[in-house]
Amino acid sequence: MGFIRILIELSLICMNPPRMSCLLAVWLAVVLSGIQAVDRSNFKTCIQSSFCKRMRDVVPGHSPYRALLETLELSNTRLTLQLINDNNKVRLLLELYRLQGNMTRLKINELKPLRPRFEVPDVLIADPPTEPLSLVSQDEGGVVLSLGADARHLVVSARPFRLDIVEGPHVLLSVNSRGLLAFEHQRPRKDTSSENDSEEVEAEEDAEDQNYEKEEDQADMWEETFKSHTDSKPNGPTAISMDFSLPGVEHVYGIPEHAENLRLKTTDGHDPYRLYNLDVFQYELYNPMALYGSVPVLLSHSTQRTMGIFWLNAAETWVDISSKAAENTDSVQAPSKVAQTDVRWISESGIIDVFIMLGPKPTDVFAQYASLTGTQSFPPLFALGYHQCRWNYKDQEDVRSVDQGFDDHDIPYDFIWLDIEHADGKRYFTWDPAHFSQPREMLQGLVDKRRKMVAIVDPHIKVDSGYRVHKEIRSKNLYVKNKDGGDYEGWCWPGTSGYPDFTNPEMRSWWASMFAYDQYEGSMENLYIWNDMNEPSVFNGPEVTMHKDALHGSWEHRDIHNLYGLYVQMATADGLIQRSGGVERPFVLARAFFAGSQRYGAVWTGDNAAEWSHLKISIPMCLSLGLVGISFCGADVGGFFKSPSSELLVRWYQTGAYQPFFRAHAHLDTPRREPWLFGPENTALIREAVRQRYALLPYWYLLFYKAHGTGQPVMRPLWVEYPEDVTTFTIDDEYLLGRDLLVHPVTDEGSKEVTVYLPGTGGVWYDAFTFQRHEGGQNLYVPVTMSSIPVFQRGGSIIPRKNRIRRSSSCMEKDPYTLYVALSPQGTAEGELYIDDGHTFNYEQKKQFVHRRFIFADSTLSSSNISPDSQFSTASWVERVLILGAHKPSSVTLKTSGGSVASLEFDFDEATSVLTVHKPGVNAGADWTLLFQW
Amino acid sequence: MQHNVNWLQALLVLSLSVTLGWTVEVQRPRGVPLTKRQFYDEAKPFTCLDGSRTIPFDRVNDDYCDCKDGSDEPGTAACPNGSFHCTNAGYRPTFIPSSRINDGICDCCDGTDEYNSGASCQNTCKELGRKEREALQKLAEITKEGFLLKQQLIEEAKKGQQEKQSRLSELQDSRKGHEDKVEALRTVKETAEQPEKEAKERHLKAWEEHKAALRLEKEKAKMAEVFLELDDNADGFVDVSELQTHQELDPDGDGTLTDTEAQGLLGGAHKVDSTEFMNMWSNMKEKYVSEVCPPTPSSYDSSHDEQKDSTSDKDQERDLDKDPDSVYPEDDLDEDAAGEDDEDDDDDDDHQVSLLFCIATPFIQPHHIFLSQQYICVCVYQRQYKIFMYTLSTVSSVCERERWCLLCNAALLPFSFRALEKEISFDFGPSSEFAYLYSQCYELTTNEYIYRLCPFNRVSQKPKYGGSETSLGSWGSWSGPEDNKYSVMKYEHGMGCWQGPNRSTTVKLTCGKETAVVSTSEPSRCEYLMEFTTPAVCLEPPNIDTQVHDEF
Repeated sequence: MGFIRILIELSLICMNPPRMSCLLAVWLAVVLSGIQAVDRSNFKTCIQSSFCKRMRDVVPGHSPYRALLETLELSNTRLTLQLINDNNKVRLLLELYRLQGNMTRLKINELKPLRPRFEVPDVLIADPPTEPLSLVSQDEGGVVLSLGADARHLVVSARPFRLDIVEGPHVLLSVNSRGLLAFEHQRPRKDTSSENDSEEVEAEEDAEDQNYEKEEDQADMWEETFKSHTDSKPNGPTAISMDFSLPGVEHVYGIPEHAENLRLKTTDGHDPYRLYNLDVFQYELYNPMALYGSVPVLLSHSTQRTMGIFWLNAAETWVDISSKAAENTDSVQAPSKVAQTDVRWISESGIIDVFIMLGPKPTDVFAQYASLTGTQSFPPLFALGYHQCRWNYKDQEDVRSVDQGFDDHDIPYDFIWLDIEHADGKRYFTWDPAHFSQPREMLQGLVDKRRKMVAIVDPHIKVDSGYRVHKEIRSKNLYVKNKDGGDYEGWCWPGTSGYPDFTNPEMRSWWASMFAYDQYEGSMENLYIWNDMNEPSVFNGPEVTMHKDALHGSWEHRDIHNLYGLYVQMATADGLIQRSGGVERPFVLARAFFAGSQRYGAVWTGDNAAEWSHLKISIPMCLSLGLVGISFCGADVGGFFKSPSSELLVRWYQTGAYQPFFRAHAHLDTPRREPWLFGPENTALIREAVRQRYALLPYWYLLFYKAHGTGQPVMRPLWVEYPEDVTTFTIDDEYLLGRDLLVHPVTDEGSKEVTVYLPGTGGVWYDAFTFQRHEGGQNLYVPVTMSSIPVFQRGGSIIPRKNRIRRSSSCMEKDPYTLYVALSPQGTAEGELYIDDGHTFNYEQKKQFVHRRFIFADSTLSSSNISPDSQFSTASWVERVLILGAHKPSSVTLKTSGGSVASLEFDFDEATSVLTVHKPGVNAGADWTLLFQW
Repeated sequence: MQHNVNWLQALLVLSLSVTLGWTVEVQRPRGVPLTKRQFYDEAKPFTCLDGSRTIPFDRVNDDYCDCKDGSDEPGTAACPNGSFHCTNAGYRPTFIPSSRINDGICDCCDGTDEYNSGASCQNTCKELGRKEREALQKLAEITKEGFLLKQQLIEEAKKGQQEKQSRLSELQDSRKGHEDKVEALRTVKETAEQPEKEAKERHLKAWEEHKAALRLEKEKAKMAEVFLELDDNADGFVDVSELQTHQELDPDGDGTLTDTEAQGLLGGAHKVDSTEFMNMWSNMKEKYVSEVCPPTPSSYDSSHDEQKDSTSDKDQERDLDKDPDSVYPEDDLDEDAAGEDDEDDDDDDDHQVSLLFCIATPFIQPHHIFLSQQYICVCVYQRQYKIFMYTLSTVSSVCERERWCLLCNAALLPFSFRALEKEISFDFGPSSEFAYLYSQCYELTTNEYIYRLCPFNRVSQKPKYGGSETSLGSWGSWSGPEDNKYSVMKYEHGMGCWQGPNRSTTVKLTCGKETAVVSTSEPSRCEYLMEFTTPAVCLEPPNIDTQVHDEF
């Protein structure tokens, strides 16, 4: 909900008596509403962000940095080494770590900073465990360190400073190979610093280095102005920059959030990709502008290797990508041209803290990153159902009638959402007394239907002495401060607002306590939370966010900006856990995020629009997030701004049903668009899409369980599973869910067909609905109608579905499973099933879950326990087994663990080669075997 | 195992409404309605109701779907397209989708859908039945009374229709008379203009004199006009009965102008001619209200509605509230006004703005705006208007309300004529039962807004605590379903929405004793829904004795 700043201003003006100003404002609003795309001038380009310009102006090939090898210290866990900038004689301290799991960490800070520089806390789940670095060789040119097996070495070159990670004859990655390392050391301000201060510092510096050149201050180093906002920059220039070269790499991914293709483009000749959490009104597609969230993780992929670079810095960051055909000189073979991708990171403050994840497989990189920042939180099952949202459901009666509408039209849903209008004057944690006077009554109505609600709680707090939340935060002195030390105030939905300092643990803990049932009046167990505007959005701030010189304790907002949103979601999720005494899994949706946000809930792609292009972009946007750990991603179904045609809406439901977070949402000013408002045909199409989602909930739940356990993304680019198939490297109009479902949503208006690339030569895929078999490794032409959702199940997989679609996922809890066994050309298949209570931490704390493996081989389908130490009794059973790509058997026999043997009835469809085994009737948690006699 | 539902178990003995003291015991599989009982014979194999397949009877309700039409699993959730029959003794029987069986939510009021989910469902059928009966009873009463009221409305509408017809022909007749009056007025105007011009041209000092002369002239002209107005039968005399049409002249203020009082006003005579009348005029002129231009306009004829009108229709009210004289275009002769306007008068009258307002007929609300050196006379009838422009000098000497009104009236005669024609041509329902709504307005105040419905005209919304009115649509058409066209009104082309459509309103009419707006909502952005009760849609009540509760 980015926009509507205009409307806010409008209402403020209209409150004043003179009528003409109000009319004028209305007129303005009307005129302005004609502007549909993002107003680019509201947001900085690299040139307008002085540090970016300075850093980008650094010319390659002239690095002034030199490693002082005599300062090298090697302990069991790390290597330290001083670097010196020969231009100004300022020294830096380099730390190198070899981390467990095939990672290298590299930190650079000032050796003697004037003030401590910010190091990002709370993102790493722990101090990454290290492994010993051993010295292989050393000479005046540098040192070689061993990174363990595979002849993997870390080569430190002294002049100029450069790092190379090599494996055998191959350079995997080089640091500062282009000489773009730049580290703006802190310095006293010349015009204002007192005589004494500067003398002291200079004396100190002089003592060390006699002949350094004084650097001239450049414009904007101590103050810069963008539009009407001046950034006071009391600490002066503090930017950092570093380049990385990736020989042999043509494809890089990640660094969300951008409205961009999956594969990142080179940024030569235009702006770098920007990472700076911003509330962008009506964002444009296919450009490098910053959006709501930032994850400074870049993945590189080639047929040889997948790697990752995690630039742990929460300040405004820009990433340049360029590629070239480099001279291949590192090999013993004759020099040859190979592709190379160069990446340059630029941040405004903080330190250089980089994790180089060496793969080599995509799954390894995911595991490596997960070991650093944690995995996707395991959502309650119902959060994977369908979410019905709109800004705004007006009152309790509206909620009731929409809820009833779903029953009347037999469409399942789990959550109905309340946007900002539900609160009393946008005072979060309260309810509008006129429209939501009996929230518990409303929530109980949903409990009675086994459904839930999400209410919005944004992190801007109305400045109102009668508002308890404000009063307490102020009295506890927990607001973010402005540069002068007073409480920072900005405009947001409620008007003048304060911004709690979520970087402060005390603030987070107080915030979490607010979700207790006795604190958040009117809340109940089935009320969950949405944190919007947590970039943070400040309507009248620079670039619609907080002033960089605002203060979080001793740190500037500049240092922590991209981290703010993560903290908000963290505190809220903690609150939901605490309110249940640590029993229930939380569900919190946030718009802004950072590395590590995956641990706290779901995110969505913000305020998109009801346009086909936005439907299309939802796929690469969520894929990019999945690659960097954030699996629980979705886009507003239907598009937030504007009004979708019924065709677009249907296609969006069909797409959203196959994306992790499945929520319809709409702007306040759009016509209503509940699924039944577009005629019976479209209602039926939407119903079918939503029902498919619910049927596949067991599979989604399994994927999330595994994502939580291993860090593997739920929604995956094809190349993740087919890393050697170059065709897949640029595909972002289709994707995989787990390994076994391939989805190619229809995202073009009036489509009559789509071309689906089925990867895996030698393998097969089955249409998930017609069960038609297709060879892998081909472009498949698929004719589509309005009811088509091209989805394919991989031959060799077994997917459990629940085919009894009910009002909500909770209603389906005890329902039986149907197993879809899709045979590989070799006649085998394998799959898993995960079951627990769906909403508590008992799966973790008490090992209360069922995790089965199904294997079909040698004419036998068996169910075995993957996790023998787990315990859970489920009421669900196996209702039916479908074998896709089967022959007609002569008999099917069920053997249960008790030793009983029974012959089962079956149907065989010659046309589709589908064998349906009726009613094995075994409990889903039990061991059993089906024997097929052909 | 929970799923293994024994079919014997599933064969329920439906013991219905035992508490009511009557029992119906029918053996049939769970979820089967009585009407389909014969298809479920446990002694025979079961054939799917679509005939697609025959299965052993023990596979009916065995929690596995065999029939494509779902007919083998009426009592379980196994078939995606199945339905379950709730007997609901004491209330209405109903079908629910199979997916609602044992989903933990009580759907049937008799609770029979949750036989194995752990949900404890109360049997609420009896209570629901009672409530429904009460509601129906109440509805029947309303319908009955409403229908009687409707008959009256139809009667009144008939009369009204006739009146309108005759008024229409009157209007046609009076058209000529009006034209004559306008002509007469023009003459008066010209004669009035001429001396003024001359006076101005000749000498400024003569001005005061002239003003007096003009006043007299005016007085005479006015008196002459009043005489004409009063002389209803145009016999050249004003008599007592003619005078009695002007109750406002009542000297003792008791509201009635008696014969004696009227005679008194006429100097004791029974009737007077124009010359005699001139002598009496001074007694009356303070109180006299022109037939053409009543000074306190009563908008429409809704005297009983006045309270509402004055609170809601602010724009109009602002004009009305002012002293009629002060909003009058001030005559140059009026010294007080001239004094007040000194500032503006220094150079010219460029910025002098004043508003004139009068009502010529109940339908016509002309607004006169005095602007710059020209008078703009705006005669408004409903949403149509005509603008006349007069030069300052013309107006300065002749403008008097009655004349203006006469002018306006004449100009608007075609409008009022058309308006009447339009009204007559409106579709007020099969028996004109909706005619009484015409020219009426009904309001509903909610937390934030005052909604106003003027049937056959417009719908609007106004913030309760100040702010301008928003049109939610103008009369469009009857738009109920084909068989019930007069149940829904549609108002369209209201104010546009940001990024959205023009506002529109659907008014749903339901039978009620009162005529009132009972609810408003905005089911879709900028598409409003109003519920409106009126006796006019009450249907002839069926025989009250035949109740809906005939099943049990």
